[in-house]
Amino acid sequence: MSRLLKQHPSLAWIALVGFATLCSLAVVWAQKNLGAAESAPVMKSRPKAEKHLVAIKPGPPTPRLDTGLKDAQGRAITAACSTCHSTTTPNTMRNTAHDLFQAHRGLSYAHGNLTCLSCHNAKDYDALHLADGRSVAFPDVMTLCAQCHGTAMRDYLHGSHGGMNGHWDLSKGPRVRNNCVNCHDPHHPEFPLVRPVLPPRDRISVPNVPAEH
Amino acid sequence: MNDPAPASPKTPCGGNCSCSGGSTNASPPPGDDGSTRRAVLKGLGATLGVAAYAKALAPLTELTKETSMDEFLQKHYKELSKDEIATVITRLTQEAKEQYGADVTISDPKPQEGVKFGYALNLSICNGCRKCAEACHLENNHDRPSHQSYIRVFEMTKGSMDFEKGNVHYDHPVPQPDKYYMPVQCQQCEHPPCVDVCPVEATWKEKDGIVVVDYNWCIGCRYCEAACPYHARRFNWQKPQIPAPEINPDQSYLSNRIRPQGVMEKCTFCLHRTRNGRLPACLEACPTGARVFGDLNDPASEVRYVLENKRVFVLKEELGLKPQFFYFFDE
Repeated sequence: MSRLLKQHPSLAWIALVGFATLCSLAVVWAQKNLGAAESAPVMKSRPKAEKHLVAIKPGPPTPRLDTGLKDAQGRAITAACSTCHSTTTPNTMRNTAHDLFQAHRGLSYAHGNLTCLSCHNAKDYDALHLADGRSVAFPDVMTLCAQCHGTAMRDYLHGSHGGMNGHWDLSKGPRVRNNCVNCHDPHHPEFPLVRPVLPPRDRISVPNVPAEH
Repeated sequence: MNDPAPASPKTPCGGNCSCSGGSTNASPPPGDDGSTRRAVLKGLGATLGVAAYAKALAPLTELTKETSMDEFLQKHYKELSKDEIATVITRLTQEAKEQYGADVTISDPKPQEGVKFGYALNLSICNGCRKCAEACHLENNHDRPSHQSYIRVFEMTKGSMDFEKGNVHYDHPVPQPDKYYMPVQCQQCEHPPCVDVCPVEATWKEKDGIVVVDYNWCIGCRYCEAACPYHARRFNWQKPQIPAPEINPDQSYLSNRIRPQGVMEKCTFCLHRTRNGRLPACLEACPTGARVFGDLNDPASEVRYVLENKRVFVLKEELGLKPQFFYFFDE
């Protein structure tokens, strides 16, 4: 090889020019084909106009206890949860509602095996907490729910879980989406039984089974 | 009828015979007595005939009361020019005012370019509350007494897809533990058999996938109702009865304007809403969030996420009608 080049130095120049030409061809090919590959999956769809917002309804405000008293202006006097809880000892083992008393009397609780303090923050009763101990304000409760309900959150983020109102086409208008706790009572997340509305009265489909109640 | 002949000497016979009555009284002209009887019968017959004719034509007079000449001569929706559709809409608005006492706005939104509507419904979530059917009833100006709605919700036994054993008349708290609930409405088929059978082309599929009806062109033969395997089409047996305050004033020509008696109607995915970018009424009413609506052509749409990531099926797939309405499960 080296002997050949010594005998014919011009061959090196020819090889160099040839290599450069190949490189430039490869670059042109790559630009053309890879560019096409990027645009190929984009189907014929509408030009994207200015997008409106998807708003998620905020979670509940930080709860306060109604004392039943009124102030001079006739407004209800409320107390923060921490007012009482700062003087009590947190019970991390409590996972039922049947022996709750005072402000919590009558609470219906059925949320797996969670204890009260799985979600409520023993260090700050006016907030909640994540599994790693970080505090979460009540309006941001969805972050807390999503720790366990990952599949529901995944579907929610893709728009296939949870009720909504407004526009499907965000270039035409905004959309408002429900928060987890708009539909699921966090203390009793299973949907309650409901009485169906508007039974059909059309001529064709007559009842084919006797009433079941 | 059998008058005793001797009672009156003038009546027994025509006089052209040899009976005593005729021979004794020769003065009345022959045929005079007989023609009186004939005239009475003729008159009676004519009166009955006219009465029967008038009775037979009576529906026509009612028709002309309800159907104006403009409406009778109105062209097919697709052949109406912009001015003509405006005239038609003005007339329909006036009729709504005269007949229902409601101030309505009738629009005529066109399909959006590049949009193809798709609907998905999560059977794992639907609890059978029928709020969607109620919302449809209110949104689409359905007849109030008959509880008309484009949506029927089947209560089905878990593990079964037998609609004959499904129950749409359930009236107990839902959901029952051994049941699942399956709302059925127009599936907006890619190959709609209802469109194929229409003898007057009063129904067709629009560019955005919605099968619509020109209520003023429909002749009410109900072939489409028979052709639809989903029983998605409804017939207006009577003129819809809706109290004026309950009438939804946001109407469109091809969707929820008040339909006349004797025509077919069907779900239009609320095109008066969806073609303006809004969500359908049944979706907004769903308290469980079981319904997902969007543009099938948009890869980022919610409905495309469902189709690509969930266990999806269409109803009566074996018929090959390619519904644009999909059912899916969470698990």
